[in-house]
Amino acid sequence: MNAALVFDPLFRVPFANGLLLALVLPLLGAYVRLRNEWLAALGLAQVTAAGGVTAILLGIHPLAGALGAAVLAAGIKGRTERSGNDVYAVLLFFGWSAALLGAANSVRGEELSHALLEGQLYFTTWANLGGAIALVALVAAAGPWLSKKLLLEHFFPDHLSANRQSPWRLHLAFDLLVAFSVALATESIGVMATFCLVFFPPWVAFRIASSWQRALVHSAGLAVTAYLVAFALAIAFDQPFGPVLVGTLVLSGLVRLPVPRHR
Amino acid sequence: MSSAPLLSYRAVVAGYAGPVVGPVSFDLVEGDVLGLVGPNGCGKSTLVGALTGASRLFSGEVARRPGVSIAYQRQRPVRETDVPLRADELLRLTGADGVEPPEPLRALLHTRVDRLSGGQFQLLTVWACLGGAAEVVVLDEPTNNMDPGAIDALADLLHASRGDRGVLVVTHDARFLERVSAHVLEVGP
Repeated sequence: MNAALVFDPLFRVPFANGLLLALVLPLLGAYVRLRNEWLAALGLAQVTAAGGVTAILLGIHPLAGALGAAVLAAGIKGRTERSGNDVYAVLLFFGWSAALLGAANSVRGEELSHALLEGQLYFTTWANLGGAIALVALVAAAGPWLSKKLLLEHFFPDHLSANRQSPWRLHLAFDLLVAFSVALATESIGVMATFCLVFFPPWVAFRIASSWQRALVHSAGLAVTAYLVAFALAIAFDQPFGPVLVGTLVLSGLVRLPVPRHR
Repeated sequence: MSSAPLLSYRAVVAGYAGPVVGPVSFDLVEGDVLGLVGPNGCGKSTLVGALTGASRLFSGEVARRPGVSIAYQRQRPVRETDVPLRADELLRLTGADGVEPPEPLRALLHTRVDRLSGGQFQLLTVWACLGGAAEVVVLDEPTNNMDPGAIDALADLLHASRGDRGVLVVTHDARFLERVSAHVLEVGP
């Protein structure tokens, strides 16, 4: 164990990058869960992994491939105009298949495939941090508007159509934001850690929170706390970051157990 | 005040794969509470569905005054089992948080909507529509799940409805429409 490594300047950029992702992903996850699209993160993460591997095969930057694949997936999902998990299940299987086949046919692709699976936060750069900062700015700017529209559309689904507003643009804007977030996160912390940050904190918060605002605070607070613990543990004990974060988040789910469902 | 109706159905025939109801014509004007009444399955909800695109307009026209906004409460409001939205947060979505809610809702404002009874939630969603700024409010079977006390509260709300607004109420309960002094239009297939 080497606790001093936690404060090594070498890890400042990765730490900040992961911290911003841990803050934003669960907030988006709350709306993903509201729309009953909790499989979105895993489906998109697998597709972005496939995009990253394909990019290597094509000789371009994996982050560009991951972002391109995520945007393409969001567009396809938008074209189907369906909410729910079935589209994301299809994307998940396609992404998994394409990523592994791509990895099997390229040495670097195989390296990246392993990295995306386990997470490679400690090797992230200023480019990744820049993307995370842009994501935080985007969520801060569009979040309040998106939040109200998504909640209104969920609880009063006829409101937009009765007022001749198409929900298509709203759905596409949200799907693209989620796709962008998942692509950035998959590149930094891996497929499962990304999925877990989107799924787990809202899953806990929805049960224990007394309001929507508190659910957002609980989601972000839980994720950031788990991230800080996982970051320190993974460095101190020289463990891969992704599995440590997922394990920490899953343990935090114990908070949900004593609170019964009310209906 | 414009002389044009807030909402106007002109010889509307609506349905899904084929026509279900119509032709039906009516005008909804300011201060009006118009009740569409008829037995279950006669096509009342299909008729108002033409307003949202939920049903298909086969012939006729649904016209609305330019700039008019519509609040629409569907027959079965979306009810979640594990979503932590509070009643006052739901009212904020439709702009109904700026007006004092009816008495049965006042004690429930800080309660999660998934912990309300069916009748309480129904009254809340009705108030979310009536308490907002929309000039046209469509309520599809608003008395569903309501106990007598909640129905009384709903009747009071409709009596007190703003004079610059029109309310379209779809119901199979003709006696409720009598209570709220609604103009009644019988709908048949």
